[in-house]
Amino acid sequence: METLTWATALPLIFMAIMGLALLAYVILDGYDLGVGMLLPFATDAEKDVMVSSIGPFWDANETWLVLGIGVLLICFPMAHGMVLSALYLPVAVMLLGLVLRGVAFDFRVKARDAHKATWNRVFAAGSLVTTLSQGWMLGAYITGFQRDLWGMLFATGIALTLPAAYAMLGVGWLIMKTDGELQRKAARWGQGALWPMGFALMGISLATPLVSRTVFDKWFVLPELFALLPIPLACVAAFFAIRHVLAAPRVVAAGYGWIVFAATVLIFVLAFFGLAYSIYPYIVIDRLTVWEAASATESLAVIGVGVAITLPAIILYTIFMYRVFWGKARELTYGL
Amino acid sequence: MDTFMLSRLQFAANISFHILFPTITIALCWFLVFFRLRHDATRGTPAAAGWEQAYYFWTKVFALTFAMGVVSGITMSFQFGTNWPGFMEHAGNIAGPLLGYEVLSAFFLEATFLGIMLFGRGRVSDRVHLVATLMVAFGTTLSAFWILSLNSWMQTPAGYEIIDGKFHAVDWLAIVFNPSFPYRLGHKLLASALTAGFLIAGVSAWQLLKGTATEGTRKALRTAITAVALVIPLQIFMGDLHGLNTLQHQPAKIAAIEGIWHTEKGAPLTLFGWPNEKESRTDYALQIPKGASLILAHDADAELKGLNEFPGAHPPVAPVFWGFRVMVGLGLLMLAVAWVAAWVLYRRRAHDLATLPRPLLYTLVGMAFSGWVATLAGWYVTEIGRQPYLVYGLFRTADAVAPHAPAMVAGTLAAYLTVYVLLLTAYVGVIKYMAEHSTLPLPAVAPPAPAQAS
Repeated sequence: METLTWATALPLIFMAIMGLALLAYVILDGYDLGVGMLLPFATDAEKDVMVSSIGPFWDANETWLVLGIGVLLICFPMAHGMVLSALYLPVAVMLLGLVLRGVAFDFRVKARDAHKATWNRVFAAGSLVTTLSQGWMLGAYITGFQRDLWGMLFATGIALTLPAAYAMLGVGWLIMKTDGELQRKAARWGQGALWPMGFALMGISLATPLVSRTVFDKWFVLPELFALLPIPLACVAAFFAIRHVLAAPRVVAAGYGWIVFAATVLIFVLAFFGLAYSIYPYIVIDRLTVWEAASATESLAVIGVGVAITLPAIILYTIFMYRVFWGKARELTYGL
Repeated sequence: MDTFMLSRLQFAANISFHILFPTITIALCWFLVFFRLRHDATRGTPAAAGWEQAYYFWTKVFALTFAMGVVSGITMSFQFGTNWPGFMEHAGNIAGPLLGYEVLSAFFLEATFLGIMLFGRGRVSDRVHLVATLMVAFGTTLSAFWILSLNSWMQTPAGYEIIDGKFHAVDWLAIVFNPSFPYRLGHKLLASALTAGFLIAGVSAWQLLKGTATEGTRKALRTAITAVALVIPLQIFMGDLHGLNTLQHQPAKIAAIEGIWHTEKGAPLTLFGWPNEKESRTDYALQIPKGASLILAHDADAELKGLNEFPGAHPPVAPVFWGFRVMVGLGLLMLAVAWVAAWVLYRRRAHDLATLPRPLLYTLVGMAFSGWVATLAGWYVTEIGRQPYLVYGLFRTADAVAPHAPAMVAGTLAAYLTVYVLLLTAYVGVIKYMAEHSTLPLPAVAPPAPAQAS
């Protein structure tokens, strides 16, 4: 048996950190992108509440993307170049979307009132464009950047799915952070996003093994198939839990509205682990393994020390910040 | 234009746009800490309200500027991979950990505590809020530390060995504290203090002119003028040290800055002129005999290396030559304006700042963004001056570029430029609007209820 050395272990550890950072990003920025996309459906007063609900968080949420891409850049320089060169245009589109929504967040309250509606539209459009391009990038990544018709269709499929999924996270967030009419509205928006999200997730799950032989071979063999069965089954259970809560205002009123958010997060987490299982040990499917792409061991060790010290601290004060801003969203004010 | 040139322009556009905002926030955050501490120290006196107004107004500017910095910073982290994959493939072992420490220790400190710093009023205790503000200030400065360490290493590489064309780390202390790092970090932090100081002074002067000034405006103006008047001589001194360090490590850059085409003893100092790269001479040059040798080597007859010593390995002359003159010219202008303003301000210690001479106020308004121009000019000197290398003397920029179709890079470049121009216009417009409609802070709220899970 091969002995476990730092040279084998460190790339795996950093792969795990990168994956978890990106998962954290998708969930955390997912809800604030979702809230951004839902903005056009709300009244002006509700828009202010919605933006207040994500105000203290979005900077930090987006920083998880920098950490995820940072680990890719720092620890897997070969893969970083290959992935980002192949995704040149969608990355540029996503960045423009992120830039526009990020600044619109601040401009909408600081510019003259006549411009507020325009910045609201920029905020919503930026959120949508960001989400669409992230979906496209995920799809292209899963197929190993196939440029044929099926690869393109698959990427388009995920690009159209992700807005529904992020919107559901946004709905879950709003149900927790708001009350009254806006909370009821959020539940209605959730019902609208529910089935598109469900069908799309199902379609992706079925299409993934079809576009990739590697993925097919990992799932459809015995006995692994039985061991993996809980993943799709738990997703289905989570889906129906969301459906039940959205349709039952009494459950929300009784204080169980968080189930929508939690169940959507569960779906994301399970999909993430399903994907991680499908791709391992590759970092670019069928082309580059984790070890082939990794930096020199001594460099990984240096950065590993920093990660071991700072990541727990980051997680702790992220939790602290969420506790500080716990409860229903209030109007945001600057000051001492 | 080819992909190489377009990719360079795109990187220059992205990093130029990005650096504008951190240059303000690094120092502005320490100004906020100062306003905050003065407010605490004067609590119970009439002055406290003024410090709170200053804190309140500039926190809003800080939030806006910080957001611009965050979103443009995300763009930077992707640029390496999309356009310059060769850089991380060759230098990733060294650049990676430095960038990693920036993201981990600094970026998260800023982004996470920012929420509490900006919106924590009434939710956390005063002490926690002060700690959050300090964390943000400390985080922004730490960001600058790591980024400038990497940038300096690319200029004056140390502590490495090259195995199969890839850089490997040998001595991390030598890498982090490479020869040009202390000068570059000092120069950048002082530049940030000047940029934020002149912005505060310019906006405050505008408020005095427009009649929207509050007691906070006067406090902010006084603080900013004092700061820039103290910092500008330090900066000029630091710049001189940085130049001597560059002469030692990157003589080709100095030759381009000074327009020295051929190695000569007792080289003249060219004040102005038109660099003519084809003919290897400076047209219409206005020169001080033996000046360059005197300034750079402190010996009127010292020999200075000319560009002829570095065939195919020296930067384009005109942008470096002009960038340097813009930077130095602005520095001298800042010195004059800062000291005149400080003199006028301190002769009128009374509260009648409203009667400050209008020409002075208009000059301060005109200088509001002078820090930006000087910073960019300085960056162009040092970064274009590093060409044709990415890692000085070792790894060429042309070997790192991704082979995309020129049309695609041109397309994204056009899109970035359009967005950046729009956003810069909006940013300056919104600051002007905020200055003309300055609102007073809300009255202090009751002691915060402890955070609780519902």
